[in-house]
Amino acid sequence: MSLSRIKPPMTEDNGWWWEEVGRDRLPIQRCTACSTLRHPPRPMCPQCRSMAWDFIEAGGRGTLFSYTVLHHPQFPGYDYPLTIAIVDLEEGERICTQLVDCERDDIKIDMPLELFIHEDADGFKLPMCRPAA
Amino acid sequence: MSTALHNTAAIAGIGQTTYSKCSGVSELALACEAVSRAIDDAGIEPGEVDGLVTYTLDSSDEVEVANSVGLGDLTLFSQINYGGGAAVGLVHQAAMAVATGSAKNVVVWRGMNGRSGKRMGQGVSGTIISSDIIHWSWYMVYGMLTPASWIAAFTTRYMHEYGATSEHLGRIAIAQRKFALNNPNAAGYGKPLTMDDYLSSRLVAEPLRLYDCCQETDGGCALLITSVERARDLRQKPAVIRAVCQASSRGQEQMTSFYRDDMTALPEMELAARQVYAQSGLGPDDIDAACLYDAFTSEILVQLEAFGFCARGEAKDFIADGALEAGGRLPNNTHGGLLSEGYIHGVNNIAEGARLIRGTSCNQPEGVEHVLVSSGVGVPTGALILGRD
Repeated sequence: MSLSRIKPPMTEDNGWWWEEVGRDRLPIQRCTACSTLRHPPRPMCPQCRSMAWDFIEAGGRGTLFSYTVLHHPQFPGYDYPLTIAIVDLEEGERICTQLVDCERDDIKIDMPLELFIHEDADGFKLPMCRPAA
Repeated sequence: MSTALHNTAAIAGIGQTTYSKCSGVSELALACEAVSRAIDDAGIEPGEVDGLVTYTLDSSDEVEVANSVGLGDLTLFSQINYGGGAAVGLVHQAAMAVATGSAKNVVVWRGMNGRSGKRMGQGVSGTIISSDIIHWSWYMVYGMLTPASWIAAFTTRYMHEYGATSEHLGRIAIAQRKFALNNPNAAGYGKPLTMDDYLSSRLVAEPLRLYDCCQETDGGCALLITSVERARDLRQKPAVIRAVCQASSRGQEQMTSFYRDDMTALPEMELAARQVYAQSGLGPDDIDAACLYDAFTSEILVQLEAFGFCARGEAKDFIADGALEAGGRLPNNTHGGLLSEGYIHGVNNIAEGARLIRGTSCNQPEGVEHVLVSSGVGVPTGALILGRD
């Protein structure tokens, strides 16, 4: 990769999540009033409307809910074919990430996955997943 | 259920530019040409237009269009969000204005250099930090930037659950291309498409191939909406708005409603269906033809289910034997649609809906009483039923 990937713009609503990923943790936002988990992070709990929250650290295990393999168009900073995975985490939340270390024909819906924190050459960190060992 | 929008307003004018891959003119010029032609098609004076509605994504402001076309006093101006999800929402705004008296003659439009200018298929980007860009950022960071990629992730799960195959998607692409062969303004005019062509076309975002994806088009399309009474006195046969609505549902995101327990249906389109059927007193059996939003082929399958033409998971069977083609149960996108006519963000699909009611489609089926038109799929959306006066 000659150029680096697109970086997420940060606000109060999502910056903390990326900071935790930078510390090699996969966080899931949790409402401190009713304990409901939510992802992607948002400022208010849709269950109880509390704006108080903390987070748990996900265990990193999940299954493949859906996916797409991207071929075109190709953007600088990414390697193609690029497999995007929608993953059901064992905690019950769902996350969009990248699947690596998996041959095209081995990609199967519901396959067990493990998530890990990947570090780009420029030091940016983000969650990815691979087939569970 | 609101009935104020039932049989109150009508589409009385259609205007469109040439659709091309390089217009050579500004988007404002395309908007003005389309708006002007809609006014002339209806047979009213520019000064009578008192309302304008477009997309938030349109680059031409209402007053710039008004100054160019020579419109007079405006009492309604409005822009609808969510890309193609806006489409029939424009007609909804216009119908509400007519029903309430806020405006009498409303023109809605979309004018875009969608191929030579900003290409939707080339992905999102943004420098202004908003809730919208934070939303996209969860996907942008992974290189998931295009409408095809977002719909592909939905489509994979749908096909997995219901056993739909690439051949099923191919049938939709081919059905609409057949219609485009009779439409000189269509990108697919003179370009037949076979199943072999389809299956050998390059992958874009698996499972979607080139021919699963709509065109990228330069062009403009506009509609004039007025009261049914006024429309009767104008030049064209009115396409009466039986029902029109917007719809968004819990768990709705822009294109990435990935977090719902069930990702094989469109709750927002089911909400749109409930609304337009209740407003109109009609049901799926009363719909003779459709212009279902077709940025991608798989969107047709799931909409056939949402609007009750078949049960969940059975759209792949419904489309067998040419149900969406000429002479079939539900001729769909008889102009070629976004897939094979052009991508004017869905306004061109509404225009075809009005032509089907007028009886002037280039692939006019016999005996069309009611046409269903929908807005974008995977975004906050809407639906419209047009009927004869």
